[in-house]
Amino acid sequence: MAVANAISDEGIVDVRDRTDIRRQAKLVSIFGLVLLALIAFYSRIDDFHIVYTLGERVIKDDPAKEINAQPIMIVGIVVAALALLLAAVNRVPKGALGALGYLLVGVAFFSGFIIWCYADQSGAFSVAIINPFPGTIRLATPLIFGAIAGCLCERAGVINIAIEGQFLMGAFFAAVASSMAYSAEMGLVGGILAGVAIAVLLGVFALRYQVNQVVLGVVLIALATGLTDFLLSQVPDDPDIKKYLNEPLILERVPISGLVNIPVIGPALFNQTILVYIMYASVVFVTLLLFQTTWGLRARSVGEHPKAADTVGIKVNRIRWQAVLLGGAFAGLGGAYFTVGSTGTFDSNASAGNGFIALAAVIMGRWNPVGATLASLLFGFCFTLQAQLAFLDKIPGELLRASPYLITVIAVAGSVGRVRPPAADGEPYQS
Amino acid sequence: MTLQAPVPTPGAEPESVERAAKAELRHPASWLPTVKVTAGAFLTALVIGAVVIALSDDDVIESLKYFGTYPWDSFTRSWDAIWSSYSALVKGAVGSSNAIASTLDRSAPLICAGLGVTLAFRAGLFNIGAQGQLIIGALCAGYVGFTWNLPPFVHLVVALVAGLASGALWGAIPGFLKARTGAHEVITTIMFNYLAASVLIYALSHDTFQRPGSDNALSPKVDDSAAFPRLSIGGFDAHLGVLIALLAGAAAWWLLERSTWGFELRAVGANAHASRTAGMSVAKVYTLAMLLAGMLAGLAATMQVLGNQNSLSATLPGSIGFDAITVALLGRASPLGTVLAGLLFGAMSVGGVAMQAGAGTPKELTDVLQALIVLFVAAPALVKGMLRIKESGGGATVMAKGWGS
Amino acid sequence: MPVKLEIKGLTKKFGSFTANDHIDLTIEPGEIHCLLGENGAGKSTLMNMLYGLLDPTEGEILVDGEPVTFHSPSDAIAVGIGMVHQHFMLVPVFTVAENVMLGREQTSAPGVLSRTKASEFVHQLSERYGLQVDPSALVESLPVGAQQRVEILKALSNEAKVLILDEPTAVLTPQEIDELMDIMRSLKELGTSIIFITHKLREVRAVGDRISVIRRGKVVGTAPPTATEAELAEMMVGREVKLKVDKAPPKTGEVVLSVEGCTVVDPRGHQVVKDVSFEARAGEVLGIAGVQGNGQTELIKALLGLVRPDAGVIRLDGEDISRHGPRESLDDGIGYIPEDRSHDGYIGAFSVRENLILDLYRTDRFSRGPALRLDDIAANADHRIVEFDIRTESASTPVSSLSGGNQQKVVVAREFSRPLKVLVASQPTRGVDVGSIEFIHKRIISERDKGTAVIIVSTELDEIFALSDRIAVMYDGRIVDTVSPDIRREDIGLLMAGATPDKPEEVTV
Repeated sequence: MAVANAISDEGIVDVRDRTDIRRQAKLVSIFGLVLLALIAFYSRIDDFHIVYTLGERVIKDDPAKEINAQPIMIVGIVVAALALLLAAVNRVPKGALGALGYLLVGVAFFSGFIIWCYADQSGAFSVAIINPFPGTIRLATPLIFGAIAGCLCERAGVINIAIEGQFLMGAFFAAVASSMAYSAEMGLVGGILAGVAIAVLLGVFALRYQVNQVVLGVVLIALATGLTDFLLSQVPDDPDIKKYLNEPLILERVPISGLVNIPVIGPALFNQTILVYIMYASVVFVTLLLFQTTWGLRARSVGEHPKAADTVGIKVNRIRWQAVLLGGAFAGLGGAYFTVGSTGTFDSNASAGNGFIALAAVIMGRWNPVGATLASLLFGFCFTLQAQLAFLDKIPGELLRASPYLITVIAVAGSVGRVRPPAADGEPYQS
Repeated sequence: MTLQAPVPTPGAEPESVERAAKAELRHPASWLPTVKVTAGAFLTALVIGAVVIALSDDDVIESLKYFGTYPWDSFTRSWDAIWSSYSALVKGAVGSSNAIASTLDRSAPLICAGLGVTLAFRAGLFNIGAQGQLIIGALCAGYVGFTWNLPPFVHLVVALVAGLASGALWGAIPGFLKARTGAHEVITTIMFNYLAASVLIYALSHDTFQRPGSDNALSPKVDDSAAFPRLSIGGFDAHLGVLIALLAGAAAWWLLERSTWGFELRAVGANAHASRTAGMSVAKVYTLAMLLAGMLAGLAATMQVLGNQNSLSATLPGSIGFDAITVALLGRASPLGTVLAGLLFGAMSVGGVAMQAGAGTPKELTDVLQALIVLFVAAPALVKGMLRIKESGGGATVMAKGWGS
Repeated sequence: MPVKLEIKGLTKKFGSFTANDHIDLTIEPGEIHCLLGENGAGKSTLMNMLYGLLDPTEGEILVDGEPVTFHSPSDAIAVGIGMVHQHFMLVPVFTVAENVMLGREQTSAPGVLSRTKASEFVHQLSERYGLQVDPSALVESLPVGAQQRVEILKALSNEAKVLILDEPTAVLTPQEIDELMDIMRSLKELGTSIIFITHKLREVRAVGDRISVIRRGKVVGTAPPTATEAELAEMMVGREVKLKVDKAPPKTGEVVLSVEGCTVVDPRGHQVVKDVSFEARAGEVLGIAGVQGNGQTELIKALLGLVRPDAGVIRLDGEDISRHGPRESLDDGIGYIPEDRSHDGYIGAFSVRENLILDLYRTDRFSRGPALRLDDIAANADHRIVEFDIRTESASTPVSSLSGGNQQKVVVAREFSRPLKVLVASQPTRGVDVGSIEFIHKRIISERDKGTAVIIVSTELDEIFALSDRIAVMYDGRIVDTVSPDIRREDIGLLMAGATPDKPEEVTV
């Protein structure tokens, strides 16, 4: 190796950091791909006119508007080209400015993709781009509940893989409670209790019997799946009985007057069910709880260095129990979404793997409730887009369906090393 | 689970050492606690299952209404319900040569996929991706099986290789990602399960995979030339895959306990840092272990597609890939244990259907029972406490790590 | 008010093993009481009972004549006992203020943290005791010496009257040790009693008022600080200790290993090894001295191929091996005794037999194609167990259940069972009993006499002096000087603290 080891004034040998080289290579290839994709989109579009609406669907009072998307496309290409140029000379800023840059490139790619999807439609009438944000918030709601439950547990040092199991139990018992009590709100209570029930099992086996927590989570999911299927098969088909067990009332949307009229985000944020509003409050609550309270400081110390906490008199397992039970309540609420929060009746495997996506959101969000919420919103957005683009035949729906999973794999593979889980996550502690 | 080594007696020749090793392997002290805890877990789960059966039986619920006056009624009716359910379960699983054939048929894929999970466990990896590996294996074996035209034996071999190789590749990717980037295999294998499901549905929407004359998303059956030969003795009728599964178990045992590569795999699973310092390539072990795990899941897939000549459909993989995890856990990540656990769960699953038909108890009960068994096995202290077992040992040997490592 | 602490007949048993056997001690108010003992003598067990982390099997603890029982550290804290742990009990990702207030949080409303109040509190505390720390700094970003100050402040914040310092000097430079001793003396002035645990004789004589020596779980005697080192050493070990290893003058041969301009950047982007060059010759022991964390670990990893140097060349017999991985390094003939043996040296769950072939399993001796030769593996184990005097129940015993010294012997036996050109031994006797230390030292010297180039990395100056034919001193990622073992301790101490050899007056810490 013929690297000159010139020693600079600070006494640092002048070698170029490998991580820096890797970063540059990564950025050049990503931005290069985005630019290529955008140019490909551009060249394949004949007619840049697309129609859109700001509402959730095209209705008489709010007809779709037409727009020429060519300028947007060109701006996007310029943005990507500039980013590539900066990366090539290794001058991409770090920190907030860099993040803004990534966001711009992301928006450019995404708008190019959408324009390509909706341009050149051949059918009798044009499908309009509709506001994806209300759907995003709805589909992200259970993910966010699950993710903040995961954050709570894992910040206190208990790995919770069983979010999916808590979802299933929460969904089932929300349906039962709502059916029995004739009240969708009672369904939420049922969901909370069921989520806590799984949390109790998690606590007993992880904290009392010190079972490997990753293994335990998978077993608890199997248990919840089997149990809900068993109980579902026990619900008789007799409609007179069934209506008391699995025909729940569904939560109504509660528009918040005034706020709901804000364009684009108004209907997304403020025309939702009570469950979604509880979700907003929960994110704020858990964030404050973890980072601004005595309990939060203790919980995080228990997740990072339980022995240090023990030596100042903090009861490690008591705090962990509290975190696991509280997490169970949130995960149960997330589960309730799948019945009383959306379709109503509980079907086998109602949560359809959303618990695993929530788990991925915890990791992508770096064990921070706000980060996990953002990751959940990204997944919600993917799901919504998939549903909307299914009306177009540009790309196969299965490919879109796979996108959240691909994003997760790429994000997890790309972020390791820079992302640090709580140091004692998953390690049992015996004082 | 590691190679049980002999006690060196001073001046002993290597041959006698070897004999001592074999003697120690058979010595009850080494495996008795494990067997006791496993049996205890099984019993406990059955008792809980019995309570559930009783409480979900209409006659019993009826009798509870007058429990205060005639409590005995509740007990006899409970006993009837429990007895009829469990006896139907046992009879359905092993009550006839036909039943045994079904049990073996059901167990074979569980054993193969379970062995895959076991191998990964021993390398310190938690492979939740058997389901996805199985789907991809089934897809490729099926494709070769019903679209290619080859002579009988050759066709089977090529289809088998297609299933094994594709499952192996699908499995190797998360292993490779773990080795290169540290991406946790639990997350990536889960995601790869969903990706595989998407690929399957995408494939089924194409004409190549469409069975002529069917409106459902259903593929043709594989040609007879690509199907496993059948073994028929009297009422017993099963495909050759059942034997292959048992051979796979023996091969996995040899690989783990007797080969240099198995030594590397176990070393990396037990302490990756020390293994790397000793010159082993942790990245290679992770990738190869997941490759083998995927190959075994692919083998499980061929049992379904080439063995039973099932059509590919969205529901074909069932839950074999997930049950494989519980099988490996119950088998304590040892090949022999996994084979036994696979047979047990296969029997329960076959018996469960008979139980539903014969006694009206939903077959989903067996899923609950299986989860409970594994839950109790994972917490030996609980079982020992309940059943007053005093020996030490019998603890879990499964190594799976948190996000950090 | 200063307190008097008495320990009467305190006993702790772990199963059949007695870690502490009827210990009697009295800590007078305002004294510095030194507890001297080897690794594994039972000092930490005793202190963990005093701090409520372990329940005594027998005996009692009296504070000002009143018997007390501790169920948890909070009980000990309540009566005024504070502890500075050997492995700091600090949460690395928390700030100094958060660490100090943990467990007794400063709040603005019930349950709501007040970080400003906490910072103020730490600031006042550090003024009062003269311990400078930045309350808002993240603990993981602080140097070890500063982390220790935080740990002391944390103990003092609970109004500790008796402060236990458990092996506090292991991680410090000689200058930082002096600073710590000043802190101890001024705390004593303020009326705090101090229990100072160490196995370093020099330190107890420098600062102690009274010295109690612990051996195999028993108090074997007390001594005044005027006792000689030899007397103390004999009490500590139970027999006369040879602080020197018998060895002939080296028969130095050709240069085997040469390192030129080796530079290593850690994953966080810090240069931890900076432009290091040195040579090791056949038949000599090169000692690398230095306080922990000055780049020794990373330099060794680069030699072994465990990390790739970012610049520089490493040559073995003239061949460039800088890009070799660990397997090639093994095949090149480099033997390695890692500093953290349970992490890198052996696999605890594996048997002694399996650990003895951990890096030899693919050689023809122990394998035939893909199959292991079980007979040969068993025979090898029986042979090594006798040769290296490994005390184990059987060859199939998991290494994790062996004592520290025997675990290290397994590692040493394995590395010495193949022909070596270079032996790299990092902290070869850390946490090892005296008998094993002598044995391992002897084997290292006999390996040297076979013509192997030996590199010893140690933070214990005694070990460096006992073994080395030449000593290279590392500070801040560089080799600051290479000296002969005749150098005075004080001078090597200055080098370890970063003073350049020509201008010793420019000492900065």
